Amino acid sequence: MLGILASIIDGVLVGLVYGLAAMGLTLIWGVMDVINLTHGAMIVAGMMALYLLANALGISPYLTLPPVLIGGFFVGVALYWIAIHRMVGRPPLMSLLSTFSVNLILIGVGTAVWGTALFNVEVSLPGITVGRYTFPGAHILAAVLAAVIAALLYVFLHYTRTGKAMRAVANNREAAELVGIPTTRVLAISVGVGVALAGVSGMLIGTLFPFTILSGDGYQLKGFIVTVLGGFGNPVGALLGGVALGLLEGMVTPFVPVSWTLVIEFALFVLVLIAFPGGIFASRRGAL
Amino acid sequence: MLRRPFFWIIALVIAAFAVLPSIGNNVELRESLVLAAVYITLASNLNIMLGYTGYINFGSIVFFGLGGYICIWLVYAHSWPLAASLLAAGVGVSFLALIFGLGILRLRGAFFALSTIGIVEGVQAFAENFTPWGGSSGIYISPQVFQPLGGSAQALWVIYFLLIAVMGASLYLSYAIKTSKFGLGLLAIGQNEDAAAILGVPTPRYKALAYSASAFLPAIAGGLYFFKGAFIQPSDAFDLTLSTEAIVICMLGGQGTVAGVALGAYLYEELRGYLLTSSTFANFQLTIAGVLLLLIVLFFPSGLMGFLYSRFPRLKRVLE
Repeated sequence: MLGILASIIDGVLVGLVYGLAAMGLTLIWGVMDVINLTHGAMIVAGMMALYLLANALGISPYLTLPPVLIGGFFVGVALYWIAIHRMVGRPPLMSLLSTFSVNLILIGVGTAVWGTALFNVEVSLPGITVGRYTFPGAHILAAVLAAVIAALLYVFLHYTRTGKAMRAVANNREAAELVGIPTTRVLAISVGVGVALAGVSGMLIGTLFPFTILSGDGYQLKGFIVTVLGGFGNPVGALLGGVALGLLEGMVTPFVPVSWTLVIEFALFVLVLIAFPGGIFASRRGAL
Repeated sequence: MLRRPFFWIIALVIAAFAVLPSIGNNVELRESLVLAAVYITLASNLNIMLGYTGYINFGSIVFFGLGGYICIWLVYAHSWPLAASLLAAGVGVSFLALIFGLGILRLRGAFFALSTIGIVEGVQAFAENFTPWGGSSGIYISPQVFQPLGGSAQALWVIYFLLIAVMGASLYLSYAIKTSKFGLGLLAIGQNEDAAAILGVPTPRYKALAYSASAFLPAIAGGLYFFKGAFIQPSDAFDLTLSTEAIVICMLGGQGTVAGVALGAYLYEELRGYLLTSSTFANFQLTIAGVLLLLIVLFFPSGLMGFLYSRFPRLKRVLE
């Protein structure tokens, strides 16, 4: 029984990081109704940045967070201008295809350069031991960092001018434009922030688990599941959705082979979409 | 239908596929046409969803791989004859698609696209864990199974002609659907689903039927393809590259057109052949498919046929 409890707590810790990944996804969705299929590739980019910076330069894995955050923002702005700008306001099919093709390009280059080898970043942190169970320090620190970044995002969205502009654009783009908000710039910034969140969550996941260039797809799918649990376009809901998914993983892992976890989660994804089209933790559409 | 020129154009294409490699027993040409036929089959059937109803199916490979698995498994474990196994694969996968389709097609647009990605993961995980299907190491069948078809050399020809038949059936199926009332309903869904529903198109049923119809022939093609190789394993059967390529082909040729998809498949096959043999690009196949898709989506969303239609409007009457 205690074992299951420990597994659930660990699941929640990891779930916070999933929640962070999903926040990026849901932010982009909420602001411009675009589903970003490059999210998985961006998560992997964060992982690779962690691996390269931590191993090549020998700096502490956690010090790679600021460069990943800043780099991710600029990559996101570039992504907006390359693949999303012309797609805003067009049928969702087109933006799905354009981000999907960027994903193909990135994954294609990644596999050509690094192959599909397994990468691992060593993190040595003392864990917290309760009875016979030890919670790894890396999991605790990653969860704390994810929660801090999520809180910062909340502050950014609610108390800064740019953040408020983003919420306004999410609510009604035309009205936002009428009151003088430069919507195109706001959209570009939103994608930048979304991708930066993807990169940071990838970097944090990289400190928890080994990864390959192709790991992104699985995490992207988890991101969608979390987003759906939390309600599309609702970053705070996404964090709760992440915790819910982590909870579920924690409960399921002791009983089911690992390869089935994603299938169970996916079944949940479809069921939730059919039963609660707005998401379980959804407040109202365009709430951001 | 027989009086339409396009009907005979399709017949001509099929005849060319069947006759050209037969001249002088040209095995090399046959092997490259096998791939072209698979591309045309997958892309034509994907087009029923993507082009007509505007629903992106990222997991069309599931039909192909699952059909392959069912066929190989029936031949291997139950010693069924090839024809019966192929039929069982087609019917079985179509039926599964109908059941799944009734569920996931209640999701609109992007959500549907996301759930098709999940279906690939789900089916692949099933194949990797299902012991009768050999888990992750897959199923080998002995060359003995080629005996009823007259030895392996002749069997490969038989399989090739069957594959061409499946390809031809795919082209006729997309054409028949496009010219039918059913197809009109699908196109209406693609334009505006709410309006279509209000005008009396039974949208959930039509979408599920289209999804199921687009599963039948790819499943048979998968059965033939993996029977030809006498081997199937999850990573080959559910290789996402192939469903990606099917999307690229649809968009390249022009989504929603029958001729465009065939043209796109042929062009893509040629491009791919060139890329694979070139030493610089061999590792960048996916990247180049991605660049191609991005350029099409950004600048030529109606594809090659859209370009041809705008240059030669009369072509619309001949090529559908």
